[in-house]
Amino acid sequence: MSTTTLDKTETAPAPAPAPRRRGRRRGERGPLGVALLHGGLVVASLIALAPVAWLCYLSLGPDKEDYLHPRGIAGKATFSNFSFVLENTAFLDWFKSTMIVALGTTLIGVLVAATTGYAVSRMRFPGYKQLMWVLLLTQAFPIAILIVPMYEIFSELGLIDTYWALILINCTTAVPYSAWLLKGYFDTIPFEIDEAGRVDGLSPFGTFFRLILPLARPGLAVAAFYNFITAVGEVAFATTFLLDDSKYTFAVGLQTFVSEHDAQWNYMAATAVLIAIPVTVFFYLVQKNLVTGLTAGGTKG
Amino acid sequence: MTVAIDRATGKRRGDRAPRPGLGQRVRNGLQKYWYAYAMIAPVVVVLGVLVGYPLVRGFYLTLTDANSLNSARTIGVNHIDATYKFIGLDNYRDILFGPTAYDRFWSHFLWTVFWTVACVALHYTIGLGLALMLNQKLRGRTAYRLLLVLPWAVPTFVTVFSWRIMLADSGVLNQILGALHLPQPEWLEDTFWQRFAAIMVNTWCGVPFMMLSLLGGLQSIDSSLYEAAEMDGASAWQRFRHVTLPGLRSVSSTVVLLGIIWTFNQFVIIFLLFGKNSAPDAQILVTWAYTLGFGQQPRDFAQSAAYGVLLLSILTVFTSFYFRWLKRNDQLAV
Repeated sequence: MSTTTLDKTETAPAPAPAPRRRGRRRGERGPLGVALLHGGLVVASLIALAPVAWLCYLSLGPDKEDYLHPRGIAGKATFSNFSFVLENTAFLDWFKSTMIVALGTTLIGVLVAATTGYAVSRMRFPGYKQLMWVLLLTQAFPIAILIVPMYEIFSELGLIDTYWALILINCTTAVPYSAWLLKGYFDTIPFEIDEAGRVDGLSPFGTFFRLILPLARPGLAVAAFYNFITAVGEVAFATTFLLDDSKYTFAVGLQTFVSEHDAQWNYMAATAVLIAIPVTVFFYLVQKNLVTGLTAGGTKG
Repeated sequence: MTVAIDRATGKRRGDRAPRPGLGQRVRNGLQKYWYAYAMIAPVVVVLGVLVGYPLVRGFYLTLTDANSLNSARTIGVNHIDATYKFIGLDNYRDILFGPTAYDRFWSHFLWTVFWTVACVALHYTIGLGLALMLNQKLRGRTAYRLLLVLPWAVPTFVTVFSWRIMLADSGVLNQILGALHLPQPEWLEDTFWQRFAAIMVNTWCGVPFMMLSLLGGLQSIDSSLYEAAEMDGASAWQRFRHVTLPGLRSVSSTVVLLGIIWTFNQFVIIFLLFGKNSAPDAQILVTWAYTLGFGQQPRDFAQSAAYGVLLLSILTVFTSFYFRWLKRNDQLAV
């Protein structure tokens, strides 16, 4: 601890009590400082919370004009919006499509990327640098560059309005991202484990499958979670490529409540809450690993 | 055969033998690295098929006059073949220098640059401020942290709708402003306020990522540096300026690059906040390209793809300059 050393130097020469003013230790603040700090954080937290809380509150108002008279909601709050959304809209269909697309993306993204993550973590080969550049650059692709040719190709293949189209498209971001993330994770597994495996007669593939993959389970989980969340949140391609409203994913379905002529804000809010709860919980589970994965993968080329 | 670990093979030892011929080199390379190539093969195949081919195809489209009227399509049982033709670089010339090029491209370009700079600057300063606050010893730190991450945790397409309700004409924000006797701007109708609202919402969404990354960076700074600075009589500001900021360099350079790329490509917020066709002047290049290709009739595939190519070129040039600049200042942890 840092304070102990300071304590000694302060107290050793003068056993007499130090004057009050100078008695504050490092890292301690006066009551004003603490109040300011709490004040700032409380304000920031409220700003962070407000739009989400507001959505939850509005979802309880039974009428679509209720967002204009929010005070009225408190008196007549019901869960009727939720039951309406679950019974009378395609919510469950959307749930199914979202799950198919997101799980498909996750599965392919992690499976395909795992070996590459290992290869670029452990081996240097001609073309290594180019590969890393491609992986990095692909994540920077604006959607505008792929959406038109993809639309053309998929309509020729008859894949428009299918889940496959979305899964494949999501893989263009999921695969490079997973490879980066997994490389970062494999880097933290000591080389000695590979060496031991090789000495005991495993092939490079055997080392990977039998030693490294089981050890990398937490990393694989984080990559999987992140792919899942990204696929759920994908808007542009899903909006363009899905035509049949029973195949919509959540990101498209939510838009259908708000058209130019009519806006059913109350149902929109209820649906949004139903979507947000599981995804948010998911997110909090992996949030900590995510940040380290992203920044570590980004810096250590 | 060599050991897979790069520590073992990374350094070339001894004198170099005379350079063998190309065929021989390829064969040697394959023999030496075949398992590395086998392992990266899945990704190379997937990216080649899913990114490479569409990219080439998209680039070819930009050299044609393809739109939804002359592309191949199937109406009922009739299949109509594509009839678009090659027109060279005309699309690019038209976008960059054609009549009304300013309204179509340059105004959106300038707004996109402003949007990116403003958003990333706000993300970074607010994120850094919050990270510094969270890095103090404080009661309830975890609770604050969890609350502050919320905008990142909830899917963006959900929160944007929430903002849209709040910013609506007589939505809650204007009601509050009205109660305080402040002017009530038309957030979603007036161009200036549309842009303001877009930056505000994107800032709200993007701060948590910066905050968490920078907090990680702050926690990895050795505390003895602060002690030493304090012994030397450095003030709080000097400690921040000469210990904290340099300590954050490598994290900062990464998150700023990511932030710039993400903000430049930010599609969801503007697309969902304003709905279709209601805010032509608040569109950044990405959403504008999307509008050209899919938000109008006839759909102008060629120009939309050309915007895509231009966007990617801008990002590529920027990124390579950014890396060069970092290398020169020795700030990159490569």
